[in-house]
Amino acid sequence: MDYHYNFGLVWRHFDKLSYGMLLSLELALLCFGVGIIIGLLLALLHVSGGRLTRTLVAAYVETIRNVPLILLVYLVFYGLPTIINVHYNAVASFVLTLSLYAGAYLVETFRAGLAAVSRGVIEAGMAIGLTPLQRLVYVRLPTMFRIILPSLSNTFISLFKDTSIASVIAVPELTYGANWIGTNTFRTIEVYTIITPMYLATGYAIVLLLRQLERTFAVRRT
Amino acid sequence: MSTAIYSIPFLLSGLAVTLTMALLVVVLSLLLGGTLGMAVTYGPRPLRWTVRLFSDVVRGIPILVLIFFVFYGLPATGINLPNFAAATVALVVYKTAQTVEYVRGAVQSIHDGQTEAAKSIGLTFEQRMAYVILPQAIRRFLPPWINGVADAVKGTALVSLLGVTDLMHAVQQVVGRTYDPMPLYVLGAAIYFTINYGLSSLSRHVEGRYAYIRD
Repeated sequence: MDYHYNFGLVWRHFDKLSYGMLLSLELALLCFGVGIIIGLLLALLHVSGGRLTRTLVAAYVETIRNVPLILLVYLVFYGLPTIINVHYNAVASFVLTLSLYAGAYLVETFRAGLAAVSRGVIEAGMAIGLTPLQRLVYVRLPTMFRIILPSLSNTFISLFKDTSIASVIAVPELTYGANWIGTNTFRTIEVYTIITPMYLATGYAIVLLLRQLERTFAVRRT
Repeated sequence: MSTAIYSIPFLLSGLAVTLTMALLVVVLSLLLGGTLGMAVTYGPRPLRWTVRLFSDVVRGIPILVLIFFVFYGLPATGINLPNFAAATVALVVYKTAQTVEYVRGAVQSIHDGQTEAAKSIGLTFEQRMAYVILPQAIRRFLPPWINGVADAVKGTALVSLLGVTDLMHAVQQVVGRTYDPMPLYVLGAAIYFTINYGLSSLSRHVEGRYAYIRD
């Protein structure tokens, strides 16, 4: 094939890619943070609540987990504003969607983590006279976070990759930037050849960082 | 609401495309991923490294980027695939990389003592695989893999971006005609939910059924 590669046009618009990469990371981080709050609250509700709360939490988790993310993105961005009186831009809409999505996955992680905290540690907390709230804050939650750390890292990496779906509602993250350059310069294969290692390198850097964190904090399961 | 009911036959034809593609992806990736998974566990070192590299690279990029790469990028190298084929190839590659990991994880989770015991009674490699390792590994492989099938069904929703008229694209087209998005998105979500919830329930059931295997 005599296709002439021309990376020059892509480099000329590299600001679109660097901006997109930063936005992707910001989106992933923000949604991860909000997802952790949602997941933690619902996991605690699920553990301590009655049958009705459990059913509601399970309904939320199962609904989100069994519907494609792209459909959820469309539903929140194009669908919701037609039935309730809300106005948001694409970025806010995507942050809302991905946070709810992350929350649904994290509920399960936190639930498993809370269940994995050994009885002995909790009983030790009782023995030194901690109240239930103190036991939760000083014993169960810190132990749980150390147990689920590897699982949290995986969720974060997945979220980082899922931010690419924001491109379908024109959020100018990395994939959108690549599509923009592809459409405007016709240098499609070049631009994808560049963003693939960008995603890989960033993902790998995050993995290395998180592994370091795990080495420091994770509980060795015996 | 009535438009949603009126559009059901059209959505079902989209669903047929979704399911056809999911089936193709699942079957092809099972064959490829199973082979490569065994290669990465038992193959010679260069082969192991190659397969590892393949699976790590593919799993490290967003599936959307892979789909665009195959559809918009490959034509420059002379491989010009129509949208359905391009989407299927991209999803098969992605699913294969995941299946490699499921297979590797399942086989390596079988305790070394099993292999040693089999060797000590004089079983050959093929016999060890057929009678000792694989019958146990398959029970570890099935639950995550069935969950992966649900992921494959969800993954096909992305191919609507290449103009393949799957369920997602069918929903978008009806929305484009009626300007009444909410009933259709909810209906589409309900259809996806029914299929995937069935699959994830099956996965949980299989996992419970085989939970007795300890090492």
